[in-house]
Amino acid sequence: MLRLERRPEASRAMTYASPLIAVVLMLIGGLLLFAALGKNPLQGFRVFFLYPLSDLYGISELLLKATPLMLCAIGLAIGFRANIWNIGAEGQLIVGAIAASAVALYFYDSAGGPHVLMLMVLAGAVGGMLWAAIPAFLKTRFNTNEILVSLMLVYVAQLLVSWLVHGPMMDPDGFNFPQSRLFEDSALLPLLFDGTRLNIAFLFALGALLAGYVFMHRSFVGFQMQVTGHARDAARYAGFPARRIIWIGLLSGGAMAGLAGMSEVAGPMGQITDHVSNNYGFAAIIVAFVARLNPVGIFFASLLMALLYLGGEQAQQYLNLPSSISSVFQGMLLMFLLGSDVFVNYRIRWRQAVA
Amino acid sequence: MDASIVTSILFATVVAGTPLIIVALGQLVAEKSGVLNLGAEGMMAMGAIAAFAATLHSGSPWLGVLAGMAAGAAMALLFAVVVLSLMGNQVASGLALSILGVGLAAFVGKPYESEVLPTVAAWRIPLLSDIPLLGEALFSHQGLVYFSWALFAGISWFLYRSRPGLVLRAVGESPTSAHAIGYNAIRIRYSATLFGGAMAGIGGAFLSVFYTPLWAEGMVAGRGWIAIALVVFATWRPLRVVLGAYLFGGVMVVQLFVQGSGLEINIPPQLLSALPYLATIVVLVIISRDPNTVRLNAPVSLGKPFRPEG
Repeated sequence: MLRLERRPEASRAMTYASPLIAVVLMLIGGLLLFAALGKNPLQGFRVFFLYPLSDLYGISELLLKATPLMLCAIGLAIGFRANIWNIGAEGQLIVGAIAASAVALYFYDSAGGPHVLMLMVLAGAVGGMLWAAIPAFLKTRFNTNEILVSLMLVYVAQLLVSWLVHGPMMDPDGFNFPQSRLFEDSALLPLLFDGTRLNIAFLFALGALLAGYVFMHRSFVGFQMQVTGHARDAARYAGFPARRIIWIGLLSGGAMAGLAGMSEVAGPMGQITDHVSNNYGFAAIIVAFVARLNPVGIFFASLLMALLYLGGEQAQQYLNLPSSISSVFQGMLLMFLLGSDVFVNYRIRWRQAVA
Repeated sequence: MDASIVTSILFATVVAGTPLIIVALGQLVAEKSGVLNLGAEGMMAMGAIAAFAATLHSGSPWLGVLAGMAAGAAMALLFAVVVLSLMGNQVASGLALSILGVGLAAFVGKPYESEVLPTVAAWRIPLLSDIPLLGEALFSHQGLVYFSWALFAGISWFLYRSRPGLVLRAVGESPTSAHAIGYNAIRIRYSATLFGGAMAGIGGAFLSVFYTPLWAEGMVAGRGWIAIALVVFATWRPLRVVLGAYLFGGVMVVQLFVQGSGLEINIPPQLLSALPYLATIVVLVIISRDPNTVRLNAPVSLGKPFRPEG
């Protein structure tokens, strides 16, 4: 009979192979799903995974969608490495978007100038950090579970943005639609290529991945956070500052998510509405895991996740399927990854049943 | 204040607390066996859509409840395979289950978004429902409300008065010891996790078939997470789960009554709707303030993988 046997040490090869196994399993699961829905699986595969990439515009859209995912995921990964489970990036993204929009609307009808965008970037990051500071404060001061607090704040942030776009931030000439004015050009991120929607936030995201890499692998605090994640007692014995690590873990996630929110309102949206986030904050959790909390991995996992978003839109258009099929693929991917991770620490052995 | 308003607030509080009781008690049993399943939100969403679809096609809300239960248990089975057989990380897998369940429910539920079910009739309990004030508030409910009370009684008895309950708690404290004296810790954890999933499915069914007889994406609205917080808040005790659920139910209802009362209160409705989530944070702070409260009450092996060696 088949038995799992503990490996003497964790397999490095499997650490990298298991995300690939998960992707393959997700693709197989997707083919089965298309078949179960009565669609031709190969046609479904082509629409979902190949159509979005069939021209340069499609690729620019892929990079555009990957931008907020990269930003959120690198911030989350810093915390996850220290076992700080910030799962409220969605809320932090929304609050960052609110703060950046407040700046844009404050300077509406003024002369404009580069300071507007700079202040928006700052406001986005600070807004996200403020929202993440709540679970950080409650965890360090009252020992409160950061998973539940950061998640509850997602719902609060959604209601907050809904109130703002129905009230104080609503476009006065917008026929009561729940959305703000369209931002002026001085409050929009410059495009990288004409004819696309890809903007310089993509470069911020690449910069954030690089900075994240340096922080995780080359800084002492990054090392302390890693040790805390692997062996909390060892970290405590070494006298590493547990509270500061919690603060850094949550604030880095908040700052990056807030920046992602800014990049959405000052980028493809050009205004704030109550659908400011597209579940990027939750998808980024999957990105961080599939990437093994590694910045290079986050780059590729964000592209994959962005493809799942675009594929969902294509499936809606060409296959008449709801676009929420994206989250089905995303959820499958993470489930398969967590399952196939067993082979990092275990191997399968064929063993005769003992008589 | 008008007496009938008191009665209707109490009545609505009991209704709003019911799904929380059912889901949280199911999670309580799973956590007592040492399994932390953060997927309640996803299991509830799947339970809600399965129950809605089954009720719509069969015409029977009770078949709907069965379908919801089965869907919740099926999701829990997926989680159990990953964390119990494949030793996956419980926190990450629970998150994955939430994301998967909410997404899958939205996906399968799309064609049902414009459908409405008939209201399920209440069961008035003879004599008891005639008590002034309280009778109407407590004993004229739909069937699942009484089920939640029976569940409370059953789980209290099972955990603290029965031998299998004792074994289940032992597995949550020390699976190694339970395994050493011959109990199959993995099988017990599987059963407890499936039970938790089935209850989350019934909680979802309550929302989509009994409470607001329709299906809408995102209708679970964080109740799965609130139920998980409730178990911590209740320090893993069934009676406190029930009281806590009614407390939350009360918070949800009072904000609805304020919104619907037409009182001249200048608070935006969205901020009132945020109250249950803020209340969750407040109670978590209160209960976690003293680090010993959680440490002494949580099952010792909660969230830790166990694999019998040899």
